[in-house]
Amino acid sequence: MPLLRVNNLILHFRGVTALSDVSFEVRRGALHAVIGPNGAGKTSLLNCISGVYRPQRGSVEFEGKDVTRLSPASRTRMGVARTFQNIALFRGMTVLDNLLIGRHTHQKEGLLAGGIYYGPARREEIANREVVEDIIDFLEIQHIRKKVVGTLAYGLQKRVELARALALEPKLLLLDEPMAGMNAEEKEDMARFILDINEDRGTTMIMIEHDMGVVMDVSHRVTVLSFGEKIADGTPQEVQGDRAVQEAYLGQAQ
Amino acid sequence: MRCGDFRQSYAEDMSLFESPLPRVLLAGLLVFLLVLPGFASTYWLDVLSRIFIAIIAATGLNVVTGYTGLISLGTAAFLAVGGFATAAMAGKAGLPFVVVIPLSGLLTALVGLVFGIPSLRLKGLYLAVATLAAHYIVEFIVTHWDAMTGGVNGISVPPAHFAGLALSDDRSMYYLILPVMVGLLFFTKNLFRTKVGKAFVAIRDQDISAEVMGVDVFRYKLLSFAVSSFIIGVAGSLLAYQARLISPENFPITLAIDYLGMVIIGGLGSILGSIFGAIFITLLPEMLRLATDALGSYWPSLMVIVAPIKTGVFGLVVVLFLIFEPDGMAARWNHIKAYWKLYPFSY
Repeated sequence: MPLLRVNNLILHFRGVTALSDVSFEVRRGALHAVIGPNGAGKTSLLNCISGVYRPQRGSVEFEGKDVTRLSPASRTRMGVARTFQNIALFRGMTVLDNLLIGRHTHQKEGLLAGGIYYGPARREEIANREVVEDIIDFLEIQHIRKKVVGTLAYGLQKRVELARALALEPKLLLLDEPMAGMNAEEKEDMARFILDINEDRGTTMIMIEHDMGVVMDVSHRVTVLSFGEKIADGTPQEVQGDRAVQEAYLGQAQ
Repeated sequence: MRCGDFRQSYAEDMSLFESPLPRVLLAGLLVFLLVLPGFASTYWLDVLSRIFIAIIAATGLNVVTGYTGLISLGTAAFLAVGGFATAAMAGKAGLPFVVVIPLSGLLTALVGLVFGIPSLRLKGLYLAVATLAAHYIVEFIVTHWDAMTGGVNGISVPPAHFAGLALSDDRSMYYLILPVMVGLLFFTKNLFRTKVGKAFVAIRDQDISAEVMGVDVFRYKLLSFAVSSFIIGVAGSLLAYQARLISPENFPITLAIDYLGMVIIGGLGSILGSIFGAIFITLLPEMLRLATDALGSYWPSLMVIVAPIKTGVFGLVVVLFLIFEPDGMAARWNHIKAYWKLYPFSY
């Protein structure tokens, strides 16, 4: 059984078609890339999977359960995490607090225990702090753990956002352009982290990325979208050789 | 002499105090406040009690506006609900204050919960207008429900009794208000280093992302309104016990604006900010009055313009703070603290 199955997804905004009849599968443990020219509907697809958009037709199945009608928060509780194209961190909070929000769904202690603090709430905070510190070590952001996120450089913010998504301990991680706006060195670091997460932690990932070099190097499977339609699906080699893909990117041969 | 931060466990790192010194200073301040009634005049005890009540209410407002980012103009209304609930429960039903104060808070929390519902859809100025409507609804009810609230004439509140003693003078009220304030401040401070408080701040900073991180945004917005109104309701209850006679005139919309001024001047999203703001705004008229009293003998016409000066100075101070320290007095305090932290070896 695939971890995620998207069936005949149709999404439009007042006549503008964002997705028309898109279907694909992501198997457990895969690093699955979604590529396509600008406006192809990649982010819309991710939004449908994470629950931010609700498609007009079609369904999203996660671990065999239909989640099409579920809210983003309840999908998160089932194990879907994501990062955003334009960083959506909590800018006024420290890196540590951002990551601890990632532990929200794993924490039980409520209002009263939290206000009293000593006892169960503190034990829980310390236990989750340990999980968060592991992720901080994993992504090498120890030196900024007490910094307020809004003051950090762009590349670091991207890494913190990845760390926050990891703090959820997701089964499926959705990455929306994790390397956008980065220089070559930062891209290499990010690619290394993504591969490490996939291999060491076994997290299944769907990644939208424009850098073809990275996509072809790291991903196991690639889905290509163009104008809201799926035009190809396969291994990086298959997709590279596909005629429709070449036409979508380069235009038709005369 | 300190030469750096050295912490060896996460518990230590999450402590409220950076080092033993602030812990000792805070304990010292508490002891000072406890023995103060021994030598302070009743006038200053009354001023201090009013400051404590303002600190409680400002902290409550800060929970919803400063920490959760939902602007509320309902503070005066929530104070009124707490106050009139106390008048009804202590006066008509004759319940003791240990029951009345928390019940007044809970009732206000319920009212806050109802008026927090628009926050599902509304943000910023629109929410401010919705809470303004809440204010006028409450004002209308307390003015017209004569049987319960005494209408425009107001209603008297019997003094709180403790072990057979009536807490009717300024000194005993001071000892009632101080522990309630300290307890609520610690509760709120702790709340923001655990799950629920962090969820509030996450909603303020990025509500979509909070939702995607699994925070039930609507539930937590309502919870924030409830916690905030509970705290403000307790302040209203204490206010009723202190004033002994309350009427709708005690809770005008300008009071709600004063409280917004307090949290902005003190610092949004900071407990310390609520404390600074409440002290500053409560002391401002007292200081102006002392100054005019002192100068009045030389310049009698000053007395006539005192009232307009108060509002003028209040407005001027808010504007100056917005320009020079938009993050409030608490941020300035933290700058000063950071500078002296490792003095004299700050490298």
